Amino acid sequence: MQVTHRVVLHFPPAVSGKPIVYHLVRDYNLIFNILKASIGLEDQGLMVMELSGEEADYRKATDFLAKRGVRLQPLYQDIRKDDESCVDCGACVGVCPSEALKFERPEMKVVLDPDSCVACAECVTACPVRAMKLTF
Amino acid sequence: MTKTLEEINEKIRRGKVVVVTAEEMVEVVREQGAAKAAQRVDVVTTGTFGAMCSSGVMMNLGHSRPRIKLGGGRVTLNGVPAYAGLAAADIYLGATAIPDEDPRNAVYPGEFRYGGGHVIEDLVAGRQVLLEAATYGTDCYPRRQLATWITLEELNEVYLFNPRNGYQNYNIAVNRSDRTIYTYMGTLQANLGSANYCSAGQLSPLFNDPFYRATGIGTRIFLGGGIGYVAWQGTQHSPGAKRTDKGLPMGGAGTLAVIGDLKQMSVRHLRGASLRGYGTSLMVGLGIPIPVLDEEVAAQTGVSDAEILAPIVDYSEAYPSREPEVMGHVSYAQLKSGSIEVEGKTVPTTPLSSYPRAREIAELVKEWIGSGTLELTAPVAPIPGADSGVAVRPMPDHPPSGTAAE
Repeated sequence: MQVTHRVVLHFPPAVSGKPIVYHLVRDYNLIFNILKASIGLEDQGLMVMELSGEEADYRKATDFLAKRGVRLQPLYQDIRKDDESCVDCGACVGVCPSEALKFERPEMKVVLDPDSCVACAECVTACPVRAMKLTF
Repeated sequence: MTKTLEEINEKIRRGKVVVVTAEEMVEVVREQGAAKAAQRVDVVTTGTFGAMCSSGVMMNLGHSRPRIKLGGGRVTLNGVPAYAGLAAADIYLGATAIPDEDPRNAVYPGEFRYGGGHVIEDLVAGRQVLLEAATYGTDCYPRRQLATWITLEELNEVYLFNPRNGYQNYNIAVNRSDRTIYTYMGTLQANLGSANYCSAGQLSPLFNDPFYRATGIGTRIFLGGGIGYVAWQGTQHSPGAKRTDKGLPMGGAGTLAVIGDLKQMSVRHLRGASLRGYGTSLMVGLGIPIPVLDEEVAAQTGVSDAEILAPIVDYSEAYPSREPEVMGHVSYAQLKSGSIEVEGKTVPTTPLSSYPRAREIAELVKEWIGSGTLELTAPVAPIPGADSGVAVRPMPDHPPSGTAAE
């Protein structure tokens, strides 16, 4: 059976320089469509992509990714910031890979730009007061 | 030109007092000089809002019928263990306490969804909290078990008593290793991918009172949305830290133990916090008004972010192994610009303490003083100063014979 998944791949720094996506295509016959990518050689990488292929192949591919230390996460629909709850500490800004969460200077208020958000949900667990919410 | 505290309080009573925030004072001193600023301004208000782990609540729960001796027993609030080594009905709940069944870092990095800080927030919000206790019976305290819902307003004395708040300066945390680390300074990206700092800089109380002239035992302050007091110097008070020419510590220095009635406080200025991979904490709003008694105070309260330096510390190696290595100093002006240079790399910065909330607190204290709600106090006794020789010491390391270090 053919499946299509939208996923976020988190690459640890050691893996960022390796041709992971090449293996997904060659070894697991997956078709990929990159929606967003941010990868540096020394940094952690992040890639949002759509992967299509045979269900069995897809499952093997996710095993392969896990073995290489690549964390795979389903792509959520939307991240919301509860402005009432947010205290503008910025813990989320420091972990946001797509710069969707930023400080409005000089006020130093945290703002979320939904257009830049890749919904990786890093901010959801990083927020000390749980002001970031996932909606599906 | 000098003023006495009594003169300033008289102006407060007559509604004639001139109050500015520490942020506004930067401009006043820059434009008019310290001498003129000392004439014009009577009080400078400060503020800070951030996670302060050494925080907790002392509470008297009242006596049950029949009586139960909580002291020496085991007490939890919403599953979070409280300290019960006091008298029958007194307990202390610390911000970092977590339920026994919390997985902690077994699933790394742990989420630490609920702990002492959250119980404190629930109490302040007026929510019901489940008190459970198990203890031994005595002739005068026969009851052994207890479960009851409680709310803050039903209790007797409940006061926030924080052994260490208001750190005068703090580290900038970076991560030199090749993996993400989860610290009390937030999530730190690998290979110097982020730099997290936590002081409010020019708005922070003790940067505006570097030698603790206004701030001592008994000083009346803003705490968590209510009125509180400085109880003592905070734990790890280390006033002898290295200072700049202007007397500003270049790293963690003075600290304050503070106390205040929890029933006056609000969730706006007191919030439970979950620090991923680290634990729970309490975000505390703290503000101290500083009487501008003379030109020296005016100059000190006019301090700006560009003049305040903080040390960069590696939290992957130097901090956990307690090595004193500092990777350099940068100013709060640089930190607030959004990035700093560390070992030749441009590193994005994140504050962790809320500057908008710090400003809000300074504004609120300004309002309170302006409206006559808050009068200033002189310290009843000073806290140890820069020349006191008081300095933070490491833990004694004298293991009993036959035990090896981990």
